[in-house]
Amino acid sequence: MKATAKIALDAASMREVTYADARAVYTKARALTTKNGLVSHASESESLGIAVRVIVDGAWGFAATAELDSAAIRTTAHRAIEIAKASARVKKENVRLASEPPAVAEWTSPYDVDPFSTSVENNLELLLQVDAEIRSNAGVTLAETGMNFQREESWFLSSEGADIHQTKFTTGAGYTAHAFAGSEIQKRSYPNSFGGQWQNCGYELLDEMKLVENARRIGDEAVALHHADQCPEGPRTIILDGSQLGLQIHESIGHPIELDRVLGMEANFAGTSFLTLEKLSKLRYGSELVNVVADARQEHGPGLGTFAYDDEGVAAQSTPIISKGRFSGYLSSRETAHTIGATRSGGTSRAEGWNRLPMIRMTNVSILPGDQPLTLEQLIASTDDGIYMETNKSWSIDDKRYNFQFGCEIAWEIKHGKRTRMLKNPSYSGITTEFWNSMDAICSRDEWVLWGTPNCGKGQPQQVVGTGHGASPARFRNVKVGTAYKGS
Amino acid sequence: MLSKENAADVFDRIRRMSAADEVEVIFNSSRFALTRFANNIIHQNVEEENSVVSIRTNFGGRSARATTNQFDDESLRRAVAASESLAKVQANDPDLLPMPTAQEAGGDTRAVKIPARFFEQTASVTPGSRADVVKRMAMVADRHALTTAGIYSISSSGEAIFNSRGLAKWHDQTSAEISITMLGADSSGWQKFNSPDVGNLNPQHLAETAAEKAAQSAHPRELAPGKYTVILEPAAVLDIVGVIFYDFSGVALLDQRSFLNGRVGTKLFGENINISDDVMHPLQSGSPFDGEGMQRQRLQLVENGVIKQIAFARATAKKVLASEFARKVGPVIPTGHGFALPNEVGEMPMNIVFESPENANARGEIQSIDQMISSTERGVYVTRLWYIREVDPYEKITTGMTRDGTFLVENGKIESGIRNFRFNESVISMLSNVESMGVPVRASGEESFDMVVPAMKVNDFNFTEVTKF
Repeated sequence: MKATAKIALDAASMREVTYADARAVYTKARALTTKNGLVSHASESESLGIAVRVIVDGAWGFAATAELDSAAIRTTAHRAIEIAKASARVKKENVRLASEPPAVAEWTSPYDVDPFSTSVENNLELLLQVDAEIRSNAGVTLAETGMNFQREESWFLSSEGADIHQTKFTTGAGYTAHAFAGSEIQKRSYPNSFGGQWQNCGYELLDEMKLVENARRIGDEAVALHHADQCPEGPRTIILDGSQLGLQIHESIGHPIELDRVLGMEANFAGTSFLTLEKLSKLRYGSELVNVVADARQEHGPGLGTFAYDDEGVAAQSTPIISKGRFSGYLSSRETAHTIGATRSGGTSRAEGWNRLPMIRMTNVSILPGDQPLTLEQLIASTDDGIYMETNKSWSIDDKRYNFQFGCEIAWEIKHGKRTRMLKNPSYSGITTEFWNSMDAICSRDEWVLWGTPNCGKGQPQQVVGTGHGASPARFRNVKVGTAYKGS
Repeated sequence: MLSKENAADVFDRIRRMSAADEVEVIFNSSRFALTRFANNIIHQNVEEENSVVSIRTNFGGRSARATTNQFDDESLRRAVAASESLAKVQANDPDLLPMPTAQEAGGDTRAVKIPARFFEQTASVTPGSRADVVKRMAMVADRHALTTAGIYSISSSGEAIFNSRGLAKWHDQTSAEISITMLGADSSGWQKFNSPDVGNLNPQHLAETAAEKAAQSAHPRELAPGKYTVILEPAAVLDIVGVIFYDFSGVALLDQRSFLNGRVGTKLFGENINISDDVMHPLQSGSPFDGEGMQRQRLQLVENGVIKQIAFARATAKKVLASEFARKVGPVIPTGHGFALPNEVGEMPMNIVFESPENANARGEIQSIDQMISSTERGVYVTRLWYIREVDPYEKITTGMTRDGTFLVENGKIESGIRNFRFNESVISMLSNVESMGVPVRASGEESFDMVVPAMKVNDFNFTEVTKF
């Protein structure tokens, strides 16, 4: 495919074109699901195509095709130029790209076991074993399991001389137990909602997750929720498990720090951001304990936002986002870097596939664990009166990312340092900066997990990509709890 | 783009490559272009062309699917082999049906043929003409000293299904869409419209309306959360009611994850709520056949507030008839609303049409938005809802935010813009509290699929929090 990308780049290298890149992408995926003891879906898919991106007259053009003969590729490159000329008719300034040394590189995400080398029979056997465990409790009315693998290979060439070949494996698996009784549907998911846990790694992730070992407990909890008390309403101390905190980071830190949102480029759909430019290095985003980075580097872990180079050919970086509570950085691209006085892109431009334009996306936006040893059980033991919530059930936030509301699948009341009665339908809400400033404890490295969010949507046409969020359980004071059911 | 003839040829090649008992092939071919603007300039401008072939093979009671977007023999052989090997390793599913014959799938059995949904003038829109339209909308923003952001997109697509039992169906469609936001210093306004025929778009009107909303909602006041009478524009209605239609599904009932479990045949909404699913409706879009090629039937989902009909794919209908639900879920027949097999969710109605109740106009229940406002002593007028998520799946409590033009109505007039609210509202309660509604129109939002819905005036809508803008 590199030769194909070269044809595209050559076709786009006309005098009027001041910048061009060509990106070919091959994606292979396997998706398996079971439901109540039967295979409910089994599929494999392949997709291959190429995109050409150009700047002409100071404006962008982009065209993509799955037809890979030379004539179709040249037509696509010329179409990108025609589109750029049209864009230039409605511009005020020329696009300015931050400089980037052109990289020549090969990279493959680390993995132990190529997931596509595992047999479908074994994949399904594992899922059906989990399914049987979940349904060992007769109160479970629906058991759903799923497993997903993806291999993405990309070739990126630019008119500046970049020549990058990357291969990335993604593995995800998980399950949900539903229990319907009376006028209530309750559910529990493991190890997370959104299809479970997802990372850029191989089949070894499945072995680490202890799927079978936890299935019976998850089924039991879904049924037990029917007999649990309703989560109370009012200001409370809450402790969030790492997976829920990961989503809290995603929504109330990850999205507002996207510089394209800040600059109004997403105003029609995803929205803008309360983090206007003058707040950089000034805003107290959270308490002193809040340290957040956007880290795409391999050493951060196998997150869904890990890569060697982004889809503009910029090397993976770690950007401090919140340092001891102070807002310290945005996610940026080559086009937007100059607006914050940066001379280099933060390396966060990614595209969903061959047919989509790279745009600023979260990489691995993670909260760093606490310095002092602190397990979840120790955190609970140090809490006199509070509520511990686990696993996301619903999530919503306004289009500037101030006001949020999250629902979790399950909670337990904490009294005098002990986890006591189970609570159903827990929810909490608040204003982003007030919430992060209320964090007074976070567990240490032993409890830190790099969670994967596989379904982050942004852009028009919408692009769904995976993002990573490292988090350990953390405690927040005086949080509004239970509003979701208020007045219902 | 793939033609019907090309697709038939590819199907023949695939059929010869496969040793399966039955073969089904679904084609999706499209050309899509989108010009995106923000800060009164075009900042993204894209076009793509893609065709996908999706192959399902059946071996007795075993079925699986493989997909590729490459049509050379090697790629097709690989996809056929993947589909077959995935199918063969599965246990026998006694509920899997043979693929439908052409006769079983049905043609257009209604006297009225499907309305034209492919318009050459839409398919032939150029990047230059898209830029011209955007430029004129940006000029509206300039004239009002506002900033604009949005999209103007064009697509043409073909969708086909063939199977080895003789079924062959094809559907062509175009779509043109504009979504536009106008932003002031502390306010915004939004409009969106789409149609298969680009001639039905009125960019100037959309831009002017969005600008007017941005101007009118400037300097927003903060109102206390609580229960308010709300006037919801059609796009806001569709975005919040969209969550209920996943549950009008036989599989959802069998799975006991539907809010309609135990409620089919009961009066769940107000007397004035009538909802059908009708792919043939002149304001609807989409293909007239489902994921197995079955002809989509018209369904009366809700009549005078009573839940009447549920969607059933072929296999679902068979399973429901053999289950304890057989006599509890209305008429059980294959309705032509199934998704491509194999899948977990079965089926759902996606051509929703809200209907005005009989004599509603005479009773004064059909009102324009202006009439709704003038008849409201104190309430909230909502342009758009955002980030809607389900909080409670059985009571259908949803949460979300207002956005891009939220107003206080007092004494029959728009008094001012207000800061945006968070709501936590049961859709069941909402549809039981509709005081009046407008004429149903084709509407498009961001949280749900397009529908034919009216504006609604709803009492006791539950706003629980207010945000900072």
